[in-house]
Amino acid sequence: MNTRMKKIRNAVFIFGWLIPQLVSATTAAPAAGNEGAAATAAPAVSPEVIEEVKKINGSTADHAKFDELDQHFNDGTEVTEACLSCHTEAAKQVHNTKHWTWEFVNPKTKQQLGKKNVINNFCTSVQSNQTFCSACHVGYGWSDDSFDFTSETNVDCLVCHDTTGTYKKIPGLSGHPNYEKMEWPPHSGKFRDGVDLKNVAQNVGKTSRKTCGSCHFYGGGGNAVKHGDLDSSLDEPLRYLDVHMDAKGLDFSCGKCHLSDSHEVSGSRYTPTASDTEGKLIRGAQGDRNPTTCVACHGNSPHPLAAESSAKLNSHTDKVACQTCHIPAFARGSLATKMTWDWSTAGKLDEDGHRLQIKGSDGRDLYDSKKGDFTYERWVIPEYTWFNGEVHFTLFGDKVDGDKVKINDFQGSADDPNSLIWPVKVFRGKQPYDIGNETLAVFHTAGDDDSAFWTHYDWDKALTWGMNAMGMEYSGEMKFVETEMSWPITHMVAPKEDALTCAQCHAVNGRLAAITDIYMPGRDNTPLVDKIGWTLALLTLVGVLVHGGIRYLMHKRG
Amino acid sequence: MATERIYIFKRFERFWHWSQALLIITLMLTGFEVHGSYTLFGFEDAVAIHTTAAWTLVGLWVFAIFWTFTTGEWKQYIPTMEKVDAMMKYYLTGIFTHAPHPFRQTTLRKHNPLQRLAYLFVLVIINPLIWFTGWAYLFYNDWEKWGFGWLSLEWVAYFHVIAAFMMLIFFIAHVYLATAGHTATSHIKAMINGWEEVED
Repeated sequence: MNTRMKKIRNAVFIFGWLIPQLVSATTAAPAAGNEGAAATAAPAVSPEVIEEVKKINGSTADHAKFDELDQHFNDGTEVTEACLSCHTEAAKQVHNTKHWTWEFVNPKTKQQLGKKNVINNFCTSVQSNQTFCSACHVGYGWSDDSFDFTSETNVDCLVCHDTTGTYKKIPGLSGHPNYEKMEWPPHSGKFRDGVDLKNVAQNVGKTSRKTCGSCHFYGGGGNAVKHGDLDSSLDEPLRYLDVHMDAKGLDFSCGKCHLSDSHEVSGSRYTPTASDTEGKLIRGAQGDRNPTTCVACHGNSPHPLAAESSAKLNSHTDKVACQTCHIPAFARGSLATKMTWDWSTAGKLDEDGHRLQIKGSDGRDLYDSKKGDFTYERWVIPEYTWFNGEVHFTLFGDKVDGDKVKINDFQGSADDPNSLIWPVKVFRGKQPYDIGNETLAVFHTAGDDDSAFWTHYDWDKALTWGMNAMGMEYSGEMKFVETEMSWPITHMVAPKEDALTCAQCHAVNGRLAAITDIYMPGRDNTPLVDKIGWTLALLTLVGVLVHGGIRYLMHKRG
Repeated sequence: MATERIYIFKRFERFWHWSQALLIITLMLTGFEVHGSYTLFGFEDAVAIHTTAAWTLVGLWVFAIFWTFTTGEWKQYIPTMEKVDAMMKYYLTGIFTHAPHPFRQTTLRKHNPLQRLAYLFVLVIINPLIWFTGWAYLFYNDWEKWGFGWLSLEWVAYFHVIAAFMMLIFFIAHVYLATAGHTATSHIKAMINGWEEVED
């Protein structure tokens, strides 16, 4: 080969290498730049990731093959006995949880909390009403104070581990499902078949949105009533309703965030983690950080730097909870949530002395003789408050005066480095107050006896019974006080394209109008500076126009 | 009246002037929107544009400061009270009657004494106020870390807005006085092509 041929060959090689390099360099840059735009147009998660997330739910045991479960069960406790023959420590673990004890002592404030102790402004109190309320207790047989909290067979495994959707605990049966066919709801003419315990037991599995939801979606006496961000529309939600639980997408179960260990479920409403500055929670990390936070997965700088404004958004995370922007409204599913409950009007009966039930156009109760007046709302804009995770409750026996009572009080302020601005549902109501004892009153609501309010519509009787159950004598004098209870909004996380925009807060009368202890650009100013500034600018403008006008006239005159 | 043309503004100076003009107008438009005075671009975009324009202006100033010192042009900003009264008198009366301009521009003295004072005011009062408060604004999240935890956003915003109003007032007066040359457009032309018409 002569030198000339060599040169040509070398040149061809070099070009052959160089051209693809150039092409990839020029095409790679725009692709990276487009990432942000592409992500907003299509679902953020690739199908492969979605498949992977789904696979994790596979189990290594088919409970239908277990002899222990291949038998007729007379009631739930017999199923539990069978469960415990293999899962020997399970009941002991459950015994240690709030789901079982309904008790919780706030380690900081030392307040005795838990469903057993708190008063709310929905059905107000569990006490004296266990037969009904225990439909949401992970146990069987809690009807009064004689319930044996040490019994292992009293633990209800199925309410959390059912996968058939046929297991339903009925209020009034002290935590049991109906084993025989019964009319439900009462006097509805509809009947529920008795539960097939064998079938349920043979099909147990992991908890799911449906099992957790069977109680947590129905808190406060009905679907969507209590939380505002939890209702049965999350059984199979679409992406718009919750990006993580999206049934056709990531399909998170509750347990995906509420990680459990030894039946202890993480994430607490009594001691919430309002702010976590520690970044992503790496598996195996030591310490007692709460895994049920946005930060635990997304970290403290969650907005991708490719997107415009991300730096500013990331810097908001020191003052603003993720939920504030990413849950623009609650009750965004198909159901309205209860916003007010006025017990003071309860007890009105029709001319025949029968219970009145007035429903709105959406089928929701507006008035019920048993409960009073309600309002419901959908697509509710939350209220916003500083919150550092500390909640002070007004408990039974706490002396309160005035006509307004905060049932729980979220602590926090702009000056507190542990506080973030949180969205909350504020539930407002009117409920009985014992004037003589100066406390929120407990009354007996439901029961087949001579005092239950829902049977006799007699406040004195219901209060006498209820206060007595709390170990206090009813003073005989009552009134209705206005109460407020706050619920942190943290579910129903919207897709990022539906998150709040800057100007929804950074504006006069914006979303954060109630947060007055910070200076917010776009909302706040010093009126005097603005007044003087604009006046001087205007005077200058007028001055130069007059000056110029005179110059022009003089010039024309020559 | 006989006129003479002299080369006053060099190429970089003119580039500096007009790019700075564009940036300052942008900053004022977006800044007062972020302040909540009106809606134009939308808050989010206004913030983004304001921030980008601010950093661009900082970059421009790095060059301008370098240029000013390496060329010795900084001397143009040394204040003087000489003929200030004559300038005042000219703007108040003489300008209307075609009295001769009390100041004669040369390449070594581009700015009349009032200009010198005005630019010096911009340089030592308005700019430091607006820049330092602006940086504080931008680095709000790092105050604690850098030992500025005692700062309050309200006061930072307060001084930033005061400086912005001063800049706005300067801007109005400056644009008007650009018409107050030998002819209504001679100053403006000089800033475009560099050549100023002056009275012979």
